[in-house]
Amino acid sequence: MKFINLIKIALAAIIRNKMRSFLTMLGIVIGVAAVISMLAIGYGSNASIRETISSMGTNLINVKPASQNRGGVNQGRSASPTLFAEDVTFLKNNSTLTDAISPEMDGSGQIVYGSNNWPTTVYSGNEDYPFIKKYEIATGRIYTTKEIKTAAKVCLVGQTVIENIFSDDEDPIGKTIRFNNIPFKVIGTLKEKGDNTFGQDQDDMILAPYTTVMKRLFRQTFLRAIVISAKSEDQITETSAEISELLRLSHKLKDSEEDDFEIRTQDELISNFGSISEMMLVLLGSIAAISLVVGGIGIMNIMYVSVTERTREIGLRMAIGGKGKDILKQFLLEAMLLSVLGGVIGVVLGIVSSSIVENALGWPVLVTTKSILLSFLFCTFIGIFFGWYPARKASALNPIEALRHE
Amino acid sequence: MNNKEIISIKNLQKHYIVGEETIKALNGIDLSVKKGEFLAIMGTSGSGKSTLLNILGCLDLPTEGDYFLDGENIKSLNRNQLADIRNQKLGFVFQSYNLLPRTSALENVELPLLYNPLVSNAERKEKAEQALIAVGLKDRMKHLSNQMSGGQQQRVAIARSMVNSPVVIFADEATGNLDTRTSYEIMALFQELNDKGMTICFVTHEADIADFTKRNVVFRDGQIIKDRIIENSKNALEALSQVNENKDEFEY
Ligand SMILES: Nc1ncnc2c1ncn2[C@@H]1O[C@H](COP(=O)(O)OP(=O)(O)OP(=O)(O)O)[C@@H](O)[C@H]1O
Ligand SMILES: [Mg+2]
Repeated sequence: MKFINLIKIALAAIIRNKMRSFLTMLGIVIGVAAVISMLAIGYGSNASIRETISSMGTNLINVKPASQNRGGVNQGRSASPTLFAEDVTFLKNNSTLTDAISPEMDGSGQIVYGSNNWPTTVYSGNEDYPFIKKYEIATGRIYTTKEIKTAAKVCLVGQTVIENIFSDDEDPIGKTIRFNNIPFKVIGTLKEKGDNTFGQDQDDMILAPYTTVMKRLFRQTFLRAIVISAKSEDQITETSAEISELLRLSHKLKDSEEDDFEIRTQDELISNFGSISEMMLVLLGSIAAISLVVGGIGIMNIMYVSVTERTREIGLRMAIGGKGKDILKQFLLEAMLLSVLGGVIGVVLGIVSSSIVENALGWPVLVTTKSILLSFLFCTFIGIFFGWYPARKASALNPIEALRHE
Repeated sequence: MNNKEIISIKNLQKHYIVGEETIKALNGIDLSVKKGEFLAIMGTSGSGKSTLLNILGCLDLPTEGDYFLDGENIKSLNRNQLADIRNQKLGFVFQSYNLLPRTSALENVELPLLYNPLVSNAERKEKAEQALIAVGLKDRMKHLSNQMSGGQQQRVAIARSMVNSPVVIFADEATGNLDTRTSYEIMALFQELNDKGMTICFVTHEADIADFTKRNVVFRDGQIIKDRIIENSKNALEALSQVNENKDEFEY
């Protein structure tokens, strides 16, 4: 039989049972829509994470204490005191490849100003810290070297903090706010940075000298991290090697001892998040794939029912000259059409729901041709795979018995 | 060429094995059917009529014996070749019509030609229309099978059986589901086809239907017990007009 006629017959059979065909397709529709939108969300967040990380500057290097196991208990990073202000001085004096180095210390607390209070985070470093972390000053000034030395109680405030504790026409500069009951004089304000990809408000913060935060706020002698800006992006690897060497020297580590710190470059961060979101993709993808397989089983089920229901039709087709392979092709094509048609509807639904997610939740999404092609391929495969056995059964029927079937 | 042999069977046997028992559904049949014959195969239930017709219709193969159809030995053919024979040389009419449900009369009639790759789309439509006109359903071509009466459905089935210009049409109890009047209409149609030279093998167990044919072959227990030519067979159209007169008397 000519292929075009086979398609017509299969289509006619699908249209004749509109409701049933639609319900059969539903599994595939939902599966494909899930694949498309899951991949869209996955790819979208992936792309936006990359963007965020690169925007933080690709020559940023982070040094953190290595997590240590003491007596079998993982103490976590912040708990292990291996980085100190002396390390920063040592690095500054001996490093040739770095542009700027700053200690980093942070912690959360409550701001009180007049009758307003607001929970926020204090970040701190030396005078190079805003430059390294790409904070820009809107009004006022950054703290001076002298203020760092004396652990002066001064701070800069982010836009979210300003909105929440000062009234609209008030100039924050010169005012005194209390953070965890310690009074801080506001000497400057920070430019708005907006949310990062992880939904974190980057303006909900205050910035203070690290000495003040360590001594007066948290009474701590060790640093949470050291942040470094390399002279050039191209020399990131060399720079981190140099830092590692200098820190081992400063910590007087023997050759046999492991590093008691960890160096992270932005590149590593990107590839780390890359692998995390790849895992997510695989996870989301397999959930979607499972629903597609379930959809396929639905098709198989209905095709079996259809073959039984249409046994007489099959008998008749054989009696008037239809060969086994004609019957096989007819039912296989019907299963494939159901699956692919479901795929088309699913792709449309997936694109629509992706854009709903984008608009309603503000999540970044990215529908790729790759995922659309993947879905179609999968659908065709499912149609053939799950349509094969019912079609096989139909084509192997004995015409006499099929004609006699009630 | 009018007495060319279309069907020739010699010592045909068909055995079914059910459990321990062997049922000889056909037990040594010799039969010859020439072109233009109108044959009624009769007999009690279970005598082997359908079994014979299935073999003649190339739907089944005999256990023993030879069957020549239009000069070709059927025994030597495989499944696909048999399908081609059915497609190009035979026509079937069934007791229960066997039309595709919710499909137009025209599409139903086109069906056998769909399985013949040598027939173009235009040719197929043309032939199907001609066949429907021949059975008197010119105005019903687009009607769906389930929108038609039993008699009309059987007409569509007859159109379908003749659309491929077969050498012989097989009908198994083609009037079995129809009332007397409609049966006569269908028989009139078969007689008309036969007058135009079509060979027809017609299975029935009703004697008055067999009277419309030209030759009666009677079966019993898988064997032919009677084979006679009907010299002056009844005319179905006349019988039909009589039924119509009776109907007028009853006035229902
Ligand atoms: N597939 C089969 N398996 C076993 N026995 C069968 C089979 N088909 C037919 N028979 C037997 O063969 C014999 C002939 O059956 P067949 O159907 O030819 O009868 P028939 O003359 O057409 O009867 P009816 O007038 O009732 O249709 C019966 O005894 C039947 O039981
Ligand atoms: Mg029978």
